[in-house]
Amino acid sequence: MTDLTINGVKHTHNGDAAMPLLWFIRDEVGMTGTKFGCGVAQCGACTVHLDGQPIRSCVTPVSVAAGKNITTIEGTASDKVGAAVQASWRKLDVVQCGYCQSGQIMSAVALLAKNKAPTDSDIDSAMGGNVCRCATYVRIRAAIHDAATALA
Amino acid sequence: MGIMKRITGNDGKASSTTPLINVSRRSFLQGTGGLAIGVCLGPVACSSKDAGTAATAASNIPAFEPNAFIRIGADNSVTVIAKHLEMGQGTFTGLATLAAEELDADWSQVSVEAAPADVTKYKNNLLGGQGTGGSTAMADSHEPMRKAGATARAMLVSAAAAEWKVPASEITVSKGTIRHAVSKKEASFGQMADKASKQPVPTEVVLKDPKDFTLIGTQTATRKDSAAKTNGTAKFTQDVKLDGMLVAVLAHAPHFGSTIKSVDDSKARAVAGVVDVIHVDAVPGVNRAAVAVLAKNTWVAKQGRDALVVEWEEAEAFKLSSADMFKQFHALSAKPGLVAGTRGDTAAALKKPAKLIEASYEFPYLAHAAMEPLNCVIHYTGDSCQIWNGEQFQTFDQAAAAATLGLKPEQVSITQLYAGGSFGRRASSKSDFIVEAATLAKAAYAKGVKAPLKMVWTREDDMRGGYYRPAFVHAIKAGLDKDGKLVGWQQRIVGQSIAKGTALEPYMVHEGIDHTSVEGTSDTRYDITNLQVELHSVDYKMPVLWWRSVGHTHTAYAVETMMDELAHAAGKDPVEFRRALLEKQPRHLAVLELAAAKSDWGKPLAPIAGMKRGRGIAVHESFNTFVAEVAEVSVDADGMLKVDRVVCAVDCGLAINPDVIKAQMEGGIGFGLAAILHSEITFDQGKVVQGNFGEYPMLRINEMPVIEVHLVASAEKPTGVGEPGVPPIGPAVANAVFAATAKRIRKLPFGDQLSA
Repeated sequence: MTDLTINGVKHTHNGDAAMPLLWFIRDEVGMTGTKFGCGVAQCGACTVHLDGQPIRSCVTPVSVAAGKNITTIEGTASDKVGAAVQASWRKLDVVQCGYCQSGQIMSAVALLAKNKAPTDSDIDSAMGGNVCRCATYVRIRAAIHDAATALA
Repeated sequence: MGIMKRITGNDGKASSTTPLINVSRRSFLQGTGGLAIGVCLGPVACSSKDAGTAATAASNIPAFEPNAFIRIGADNSVTVIAKHLEMGQGTFTGLATLAAEELDADWSQVSVEAAPADVTKYKNNLLGGQGTGGSTAMADSHEPMRKAGATARAMLVSAAAAEWKVPASEITVSKGTIRHAVSKKEASFGQMADKASKQPVPTEVVLKDPKDFTLIGTQTATRKDSAAKTNGTAKFTQDVKLDGMLVAVLAHAPHFGSTIKSVDDSKARAVAGVVDVIHVDAVPGVNRAAVAVLAKNTWVAKQGRDALVVEWEEAEAFKLSSADMFKQFHALSAKPGLVAGTRGDTAAALKKPAKLIEASYEFPYLAHAAMEPLNCVIHYTGDSCQIWNGEQFQTFDQAAAAATLGLKPEQVSITQLYAGGSFGRRASSKSDFIVEAATLAKAAYAKGVKAPLKMVWTREDDMRGGYYRPAFVHAIKAGLDKDGKLVGWQQRIVGQSIAKGTALEPYMVHEGIDHTSVEGTSDTRYDITNLQVELHSVDYKMPVLWWRSVGHTHTAYAVETMMDELAHAAGKDPVEFRRALLEKQPRHLAVLELAAAKSDWGKPLAPIAGMKRGRGIAVHESFNTFVAEVAEVSVDADGMLKVDRVVCAVDCGLAINPDVIKAQMEGGIGFGLAAILHSEITFDQGKVVQGNFGEYPMLRINEMPVIEVHLVASAEKPTGVGEPGVPPIGPAVANAVFAATAKRIRKLPFGDQLSA
């Protein structure tokens, strides 16, 4: 039995503790904003926060997340940085197909939480693990700068 | 993807260089009788919640439904019904803009809902069935959607005139409010909706003069899917959860053409939570044989799948390796092929030119690799079937599922969800993954599994599932006279046909020529007096498919890099050289010159220490849209290439949503860059070598150039933008690399060729 706190709400997982957190969040809790893209931590579509750190939930067993605070895209609006990032994403119409964007936003929020004025190089480092096949990168970069300005 | 531009495309566009393919839109439409099978379903419940859109529940009780495309609720909501799939290209926003413009709705009251599968109401007139592709959505729908909006507006106005007892001509509508200025009466759409529904539907409506547009061409009409896609509520197929639903993960045969020989599923069945194991036989030429593990959740199903021991019968399997295939392609390129297009006397012109340039190009197989791996939710009940899917080809898929299940097409309903990318893959010419889902559902039902099933492909299933952009070899010979004028061009193209062996073959293959193999060359608008384009089509058991911009993905690269070689051989500036050949093509010229001007073409690039720098240009027409791109690159001493900046000029006729057009050019450039720099699917004895993003790298943010997009102002009919941004980027970058390093890259992807 594993106790998990997701967006401030406690959940219990009774199955295989080796199951990646992604599938607990999606299939058991039923929150589907966090996406399955590659299953091997190469695309970042499954990015969530574990005690504020961005992690790839597709390779993180639920046992590792036990007792920690998990934040998903569904919970990020209640955070000041999260709300600002989402607002900039909407303002610049960043999205295209949208499938990777939850993960992009979670990585961007983690970046801005620790770095209030990221440079382009900081953005490259923090966002390099998040693939966007639609290549919305021009706007992702602009939206991160926009959110940084809004939060300043 | 773009299936039929070459069929629907160039009619009516006079050209000094006569298009060589004699297929017209008319002949295609005449030929579509067989495609437009008589499906009449009536409205299928397709709730806005399922579609991931923002319509309120109250709007599901329509007060006013003037036509198949608009619903106005008593709550003042305006719902636009979108017949085209939203896969990122901005169609939902475009369709809503067109309808809302003529309706004079307030943008904030408008939401979008996906249409059900119903070809009687939602046929794509440019494709011949219900479907999305070929960058046709705006071209197909701009007039019908505007008329739908204007019709609704006229009925609201008539209702207000009757209610207020004033002449309709004195009533104005603006931002969702109906007004009569003299009597100071006003009403919202919601207040007038019920009365409007009782008005006669006008047979003729007058569309706005473009000078009166308040949404089309403005920044007001922002994306309708932005909110749902930034807060995690947008619904994709992967997100569907139904009562009692089971998840199916499959062990696919590693080769096309294999069948199931034996299965030991004892270990799979021992995984806690596994419900059943189902054999999914292949339809030859369509999909791969598979064994599916059904479970309550995805992880358990995958654990079960991984525990299967399957032996495959490989006697009929596709077993070729990439090296053998390219060897065959190159050998064929040395021999004359079927003539796809001819002008003048190319053989004579190339006998003794002052300069003869010969080059051979290699283009690999490419996977679409959309972020959402393929999937499908299906519920078969014996006499009906419901499908939930990022649905791109309703008419085909409905028929294919019905045929697999022994049903009539009208017994198959399809709920269209957002697609997490497609790039052509979800418009399967053989409905491969729909057929697989239906085969699975039928086999499961026969074993007593009555639950809805969510078929989930892993990334590896997706990448190894075939339906690639076909590999090609091009061999070009071109001659210049003593003044550096292009006198002859011979191009031989070798590769698999996309249409051959599909239901589209009769419409897309003519006298052995699949136009998608040669588009962009045989119909080039360059004024080349002596031109011969020949084709060899190769047959393999491994199916291929359109991939964002289809034939233009390789033809533009070959033609535009050869143009650059010829310009250099002629001692002319590449822009000047092209200009001379495009004198009679004003729209090509306009984008060429705009891109050149905005990129400071001709002025030296700012030096960067330790870097060789260069600028390259390419111009290409695809899907009736004209795009020129200038790339600026830097190459360091180790041969590391960085594309620093791209300046893009686009003419897609009337710009409905300028910001969406810019976004599609940005995305198309990034998508094209990934391919030319990194992407390659290879075969080892028929097995696909690449499985995940480690072996098939994606473009990442650090590789994305700065991009500037400039739109040519135009009153021409709107054309598509989903694909046309892709073709010019490869040759623009290759030409820039030549300018920087004097190296010609003729084999894609670039990989590490610059460091060699």
